[in-house]
Amino acid sequence: MTEPGEIRIRVPVLTRVEGEAALNLRIHDGRIEQAELHIFEPPRLFEQLLVGREYHEVPDFVARICGICPVAYQMSAATALEGIFALDAGDWVTRMRRVFYCGEWIQSHALHIHLLALPDFLGFRSAPEMARVYPDAVRRGLALQALGNDLIRLFGARSVHPVGARVGGFHRAPRPREVQTVLAQLQQALPEAEALLRWSATLELPDVAQEFCCVALRHPEEYPMLQGRLVSSHGLDIPVERFEQVVTEFQVPHSTALHALLDGKPYVTGPIARLNLNHDRLPPATRDVLAETGIRFPSRNMYHSLVARAAEIHVAVVEAMRLLADYTEPPQGYVEPQPRAGTGHGCTEAPRGCLYHRYETDAHGNIRSARIVPPTSQNQARMEQDLVDSLHAFGLQQPEDALRARAETVIRNYDPCISCATHFLRLKLEHG
Amino acid sequence: MKPKIAVHKFSSCDGCQLAFLNQGAGLLALFDQVDVVHFAEAGVLDEDTPVLVSFVEGSISTAADVERIKKVRANSRYLVTIGACATAGGLQALRNLAGGEHWLGAVYATPGYIDALARVSPIREHVAVDFELWGCPVNGDQVMAALRAYLAGVQPQEEPDKVCLECKRRQTVCVMVAHGLPCMGPVTRTGCGALCPGLGRDCYGCFGPAGNAECATLQRRFTGLGLQPAQVDHRFRSFNAADPVLTGSVSDTGHGDD
Repeated sequence: MTEPGEIRIRVPVLTRVEGEAALNLRIHDGRIEQAELHIFEPPRLFEQLLVGREYHEVPDFVARICGICPVAYQMSAATALEGIFALDAGDWVTRMRRVFYCGEWIQSHALHIHLLALPDFLGFRSAPEMARVYPDAVRRGLALQALGNDLIRLFGARSVHPVGARVGGFHRAPRPREVQTVLAQLQQALPEAEALLRWSATLELPDVAQEFCCVALRHPEEYPMLQGRLVSSHGLDIPVERFEQVVTEFQVPHSTALHALLDGKPYVTGPIARLNLNHDRLPPATRDVLAETGIRFPSRNMYHSLVARAAEIHVAVVEAMRLLADYTEPPQGYVEPQPRAGTGHGCTEAPRGCLYHRYETDAHGNIRSARIVPPTSQNQARMEQDLVDSLHAFGLQQPEDALRARAETVIRNYDPCISCATHFLRLKLEHG
Repeated sequence: MKPKIAVHKFSSCDGCQLAFLNQGAGLLALFDQVDVVHFAEAGVLDEDTPVLVSFVEGSISTAADVERIKKVRANSRYLVTIGACATAGGLQALRNLAGGEHWLGAVYATPGYIDALARVSPIREHVAVDFELWGCPVNGDQVMAALRAYLAGVQPQEEPDKVCLECKRRQTVCVMVAHGLPCMGPVTRTGCGALCPGLGRDCYGCFGPAGNAECATLQRRFTGLGLQPAQVDHRFRSFNAADPVLTGSVSDTGHGDD
């Protein structure tokens, strides 16, 4: 029942997101009374499934949490487990992991910009519809997405659930000839990545300034990906081992994914948070192009997330080229782990933001407990807060269709990955 | 009029849908050839229009899923499952083996919020399936071959060969014979391109059971290679956890410290 002065907006299935979610909005007497992102995908209970398994199975298991960002899961897991085993994978592995990860950033960001987000800003229902009017832009996006997949395949043999990563490094080091092929593709793609970044800055994005707290990794020299301290725009600066001391998760009735708060408040992780906190760590080539676009970071406009994704595609192409330029094939692609008991933490920058893993192993390296906090859970509370702020700014008197479209755009802008977010309801097992 | 297809998602990682979305320019060609009426991630939403082929990703794990898959079946001339979750329960079906019903029953603060069935099940346990694609994940070749077959009016072909055969074709050195690795290739269905042995590692069975899989023989070999019983169990109980051939071939001891 709708009372007088009441508007209810329901989006039963949110399209163009990874996974299944719905939106519920209730507006009463010109005030938003309820703004909820409903996530109803059932939990797959990965943290429980890992218990009792062998450490070397973990990277392939956790990859299955998300088909869009399996590399991120493999990398957070491998670094956490290597921490327990006091394993230093060495310079070659560290550099090549960054290249592998660049592939995932390019693939995931290109997919989100072109297939999921752009139709919102150009006024289409779907990417195929949009492709009829903007064939070149869509083709450029799909070509970049394919390049990202090729880069993942160089190390992982396939781009979805790649099979090359392991604790200690890579099962096989790419051959120089294979590297040369991909390097040539990267060189060809660089002008395309630059054109995408320039074009993204010309899109008519809503101009709304908001206050939000950004959280990302920060590295002494590099744009953050696999290493660094956890920092925020509000003064946080801690080693990743302390993640669970500052981030608290809790269950809400309308979601099978936990919400997370930093010191009790919503926060943003992901491309805009990374760029806001690390614009001084951009490679010079990216910094120059971005400066010419006229869009300044740090930005308080959440819609600049799209520009940040385009900038990060450019970063990833530039970085992959730099790291592969003087490639040499090592005798072996990994360091053999020596399992032992302990607890380890891993936090890397997934395309959607900080992805935290903690594992506890026994003396044989079997998993005793696992905890995984994906970026989408971390962003959920902030997404709901953004809905309220953005719709008030948009004007609640707007027609219902316009309100609905704007609400969907707000959520999609975070690139939520429901598949990631829902698989972590933590259970307290009681033996009775 | 163009033939209509749909892509539906149940409990999964979204990775098998990427077999469509990762086709680059091929994706636009596909949208030209067929009318994609439902594919939530690609932005089209219409569960009610009857279609020639529905591709279904994910396993069934809620009461709402059970109702939804019936509707998908009713609206589809052909229903094709894509990937380990839809065809064989996926990794999440491991909870069926580990007393996982207690995980959701004995639970946390407010279990009532969660709509979840005690067991995770493949699509075939709920509705008739016309063709099952194996793989975690499936790839573009597999989904396009199935689609082209139905567009041509023929039944797609099963490919139950073993990964071993693919290694021979590619002249990949056998990782079990040469390096003593516990490779699942002898019982695993091909279709991936024998990727793991190609990287010098042992196949971990993500494409499910091959035809005439000699599981007991391979388990004896693994024991001979020095694997402990729990490690042999782990090899056979993973990405296609509700599949009776691989999963059902090891003793029912469960795993983990549940």
